[in-house]
Amino acid sequence: MLENFKTSLQIMGMGMLGIFTVIIVITLFVIVLEKVDKKLEKK
Amino acid sequence: MEFLLEGIRAITVPQLIMYVVGILLIYLAIVKGYEPSLLLPMGFGAILVNLPSSGVLNQTLPGIGEVQGIIEWLFKVGIDASEAFPILLFIGIGAMIDFGPLLSNPVMFLFGAAAQFGIFFTLSAATLLNFNLKDAASIAMIGAADGPTSILVSKILHSNYIGPIAVAAYSYMALVPLVQPLAIKLVTTKKERMIRMPYNPISVSKRVKIIFPIVVTFIAGLVAPASVALVGFLMFGNLLRECGVLNSLSDTAQNALVNLITLLLGITIAFSMKAEEFVTVDTLLILVLGLVAFIFDTIGGVMFAKLINLFRKQKINPMVGAAGISAFPMSARVVQKMAIKEDPTNHLLMHAIGANVSGQIASVVAGGIIIGLISKFI
Repeated sequence: MLENFKTSLQIMGMGMLGIFTVIIVITLFVIVLEKVDKKLEKK
Repeated sequence: MEFLLEGIRAITVPQLIMYVVGILLIYLAIVKGYEPSLLLPMGFGAILVNLPSSGVLNQTLPGIGEVQGIIEWLFKVGIDASEAFPILLFIGIGAMIDFGPLLSNPVMFLFGAAAQFGIFFTLSAATLLNFNLKDAASIAMIGAADGPTSILVSKILHSNYIGPIAVAAYSYMALVPLVQPLAIKLVTTKKERMIRMPYNPISVSKRVKIIFPIVVTFIAGLVAPASVALVGFLMFGNLLRECGVLNSLSDTAQNALVNLITLLLGITIAFSMKAEEFVTVDTLLILVLGLVAFIFDTIGGVMFAKLINLFRKQKINPMVGAAGISAFPMSARVVQKMAIKEDPTNHLLMHAIGANVSGQIASVVAGGIIIGLISKFI
């Protein structure tokens, strides 16, 4: 049980890191995309 | 006349309990209006599968041999073989989502991630209750606040608890208006709940709305390959909606497909609600853990908002963080209602909707990540 608990804590750390990584990359991409899109629309 | 009484004589106490559970689910669906599209078929299905020697399950009849049961067949084909039902449902869900409020306010993306904390907290809690990693992860996915994701992950991880997990997921999604306010009030002050947030959305072009689902699929798929089925079909549905040239397919996805799959999914899931599998202490533990997942999802989102506020001049109302769970649009409505209660002129709905929609992406990414990580650690 304790072994599984320790593994679950590892999974918690890696999992939250993984989700935030994906979401932050998507967020940054959206911000850049919207800036590029605005420039294209001005042209 | 004896053969007419065989069925009645064969009823067991656990089966009687399941009749009560089935009727309760039907009651909650019809009278209380709790997720009727799933709870009603699940409730009725629970009655069907728990009738002695039920014809909806495979039976071996003396002198005839094996006879296929329809619910067992639907489960084998629609869920066991390929997880087709929940994945196909994602096309419809994606077609129904408007990412506009999120794209116009990209910082809300972060709350979708933060509000998945309850999944991992519950995973740890479940291991302390002696569930093995696969079952603990499947139970934790109740915290995704997304029925198809919970069912899909449970099936992929070969959990023995798909039935209770599905019941818990859909029941707690319906109970969001009861669960979330309590959790929010636990970790916020009145002053924090009254923080005003001006809404200055960036305009979002059609081009952005078309490119978004394609790129999200790439990003999520490369980082968490196990999430490709989930994220990919969600984004495929969204692309059908946003492309503007497939209105009939989008309409079919949002209406006929969703209704058809929902109808079949509910009654098919009942296969895992057989008395011998459902009426156990573990089911009660799962119902408790599901509640824990929702509470800590809410707390995770709120606390993340408070953390961000340490670095921002323009404060975020922490309640918006709670809207980062995938229960759309109930969670956003809960936050709006709580905000208006504290200050009738404080409208947080559009911020909350942005966070809520982000939660839909984050929850399926979480599902993929959980599958990937569990397979590494087992």
